Amino acid sequence: MAQIRIESVRKEFGAFTAVQSSSFTIEDGEFFMLLGPSGCGKTTTLRMMAGLELPTSGEIYIDGEEVGMKPASQRDIAFVFQMFALYPHMNVGKNISYPLLSQGMPKAQVKEKVDEVAQILGITDILKKPVGGLSGGDRQRVALGRAIVRNPKAFFMDEPLGALDAEFREHMSEELRALHDRMGATTVYVTHDQLEAMQMGDKIVVMNHGVVEQFGVPQDIYDWPATMFVASFIGSPAMNFLNFHGIVGTGTTAVKLAESEIKVPEQLGGARGDLVLGVRPEHVHLDDSADYRGEVTATEYLGTTQIVTLNTPHGEIKARIPSSTRAEVGENTGLRFDERTITVFEMEKGRALLSAANQGVLNHG
Amino acid sequence: MSFSVTEPSIRTKWFAGTAVVLYAVITILPLMWIIATGFKSPADSIAYPPKVVFEPTLEGYVNLFTQRTRLNQDDLDALPPPETWYDEMVREQGQVITGRSRYGERFMNSIFIGFGSTFLCMVLGTAAAYAFSRFRVPLKNDLLFFILSTRMMPPIAVAIPIFLMFRQLGLNDTHLGMILLYTAVNLSLSVWLLKGFIDEIPVEYEEAALIDGYTRFQAFYKVVLPQAATGIASTAIFCLIFAWNEYAFAVLLTSGTAQTAPPFIPTIIGVGGKDWPAVAAGATIFLVPVMVFTILLRKHLLRGITFGAVRK
Ligand SMILES: Nc1ncnc2c1ncn2[C@@H]1O[C@H](COP(=O)(O)OP(=O)(O)OP(=O)(O)O)[C@@H](O)[C@H]1O
Ligand SMILES: [Mg+2]
Repeated sequence: MAQIRIESVRKEFGAFTAVQSSSFTIEDGEFFMLLGPSGCGKTTTLRMMAGLELPTSGEIYIDGEEVGMKPASQRDIAFVFQMFALYPHMNVGKNISYPLLSQGMPKAQVKEKVDEVAQILGITDILKKPVGGLSGGDRQRVALGRAIVRNPKAFFMDEPLGALDAEFREHMSEELRALHDRMGATTVYVTHDQLEAMQMGDKIVVMNHGVVEQFGVPQDIYDWPATMFVASFIGSPAMNFLNFHGIVGTGTTAVKLAESEIKVPEQLGGARGDLVLGVRPEHVHLDDSADYRGEVTATEYLGTTQIVTLNTPHGEIKARIPSSTRAEVGENTGLRFDERTITVFEMEKGRALLSAANQGVLNHG
Repeated sequence: MSFSVTEPSIRTKWFAGTAVVLYAVITILPLMWIIATGFKSPADSIAYPPKVVFEPTLEGYVNLFTQRTRLNQDDLDALPPPETWYDEMVREQGQVITGRSRYGERFMNSIFIGFGSTFLCMVLGTAAAYAFSRFRVPLKNDLLFFILSTRMMPPIAVAIPIFLMFRQLGLNDTHLGMILLYTAVNLSLSVWLLKGFIDEIPVEYEEAALIDGYTRFQAFYKVVLPQAATGIASTAIFCLIFAWNEYAFAVLLTSGTAQTAPPFIPTIIGVGGKDWPAVAAGATIFLVPVMVFTILLRKHLLRGITFGAVRK
């Protein structure tokens, strides 16, 4: 069990900066997601926490102790690698017992522990098998077994489900989450799959180009993205962006888009120039009484809901509306946005402007 | 990664099979000749046309291991009756055994130097290859190129400087000298081959071991080495074959104590140059160790010589 704190951690590979002054805190017992697109520095960040990579600068604390320069073997953590890294020259049981043998634990006790872990993971019957012929799911379980057998302070997992096929991922992710809830150990989990992150995580850090873009609980990140990157990376379809030129100041409650007034949450800061209105597809409603208009160009039926693509004076947007609402291609219709949920971004910096609605989330994160 | 190969047609199989058999016959023929000659009498061994069917005798082997002297018939008759079958065999040629030949010693020299240098080469080669594969070595590429470049000319091109150097260092005709020399010659090949094999082992295995609480050396020893076994075995065979068969340096640098079998075997032919069966017997016995070593490691060798073409 451990709290993990990252402070202004930075990692350079030669001239290339993989991670730029990241800071965040992982509370004891949390299931923590490191989320971001490929190459954004998730693995590098995780490897620095684990001690497989030395940070160029910054501090890493595990339970209040600075461990930045400590070797991996002394951090008392477990790591599940993307390709599982099961030792191919040992059978399943030996693989699981390997971390215990390094501590010089007596044979009988090792066996007891391995049996117990095998029981938890339901792999008792394959303990004697070589790891070569195992299915993806069983490899995953053995890798987990090797991680939990030692009762480490924290688990680090680098895309542990990446090697499994889609159908099985779902099942394994549930199994993983259940295991975590049962053991309650701090877990840091790397993924580039935003859905996985939203479903499994207690908290999420979103990274892009080595920078921590936002950090918080899934709901907050979804509702109140701090940057346009977060807004577009999380959610499917992504948040709609309507580019406009204008001014907002403290107390602004509406912006002018073409000829229409669009109500927005009360703004707490000011900006002028190129701005962006961000609105999630489910907060766009087809309402003929609205004066902001668009033309339906496509509809996609998804069962209870449908995704409607519309052409507006400010670009293409998508709306998620009930399937029962009629929307014909070619139809010109009014669009109403839920004012409470709108975020205004500054185009150039890509950052969200502070409003009465998102200040609670953005001020602490 | 796995890939599938379509089953070859019957005709292709026949063709390939015939080609392999033909090639095997061609390469095995001289070998068979040497082995057969070892069991011929001196007269049979130089008969023309060569005899395929002959009466086998162990004369060649007896001559190989003994030193003999020729006596006239009176002196022979005066001797007590022969005690052993080989005594008797030698007497029939009008000779008596005066002692053991040097072949056994030379053979042991070959074993000691061949296996010694192979072992040393593997220890140094694996360590160097591991470092080149895993660590950030300054000037890595230049160093690797330098190591390879030591094999760009035939080793014998530097025979004279080495000869002079060895004389200065007192390494002439010593086991240590030959072991060092063969190790030096083989090391470049081993480092390159082994680096290739170690590069193929995912670094995650070691990292997993590090996290499991093992030291870097334990991770190397317990996780990397077992997985590199195939590569090490096949590299060892290449090293041993070179050191075992090496002739030029052995002629130049050894004459007595440390002489290996290759320069010794031709000298067996003796005065008059008739004793081909003994030479053939020496060559036959000389073949055995490398053959046994290769057969013992053949499982590894088969996988090893594909040089990582097959991935897991
Ligand atoms: N040892 C290294 N030397 C040089 N560059 C590296 C090294 N390791 C990682 N990088 C670079 O750092 C960047 C971040 O890599 P990292 O592996 O952390 O990304 P990631 O977010 O885990 O991506 P992915 O989803 O593809 O695994 C990448 O551009 C990568 O090329
Ligand atoms: Mg990664």
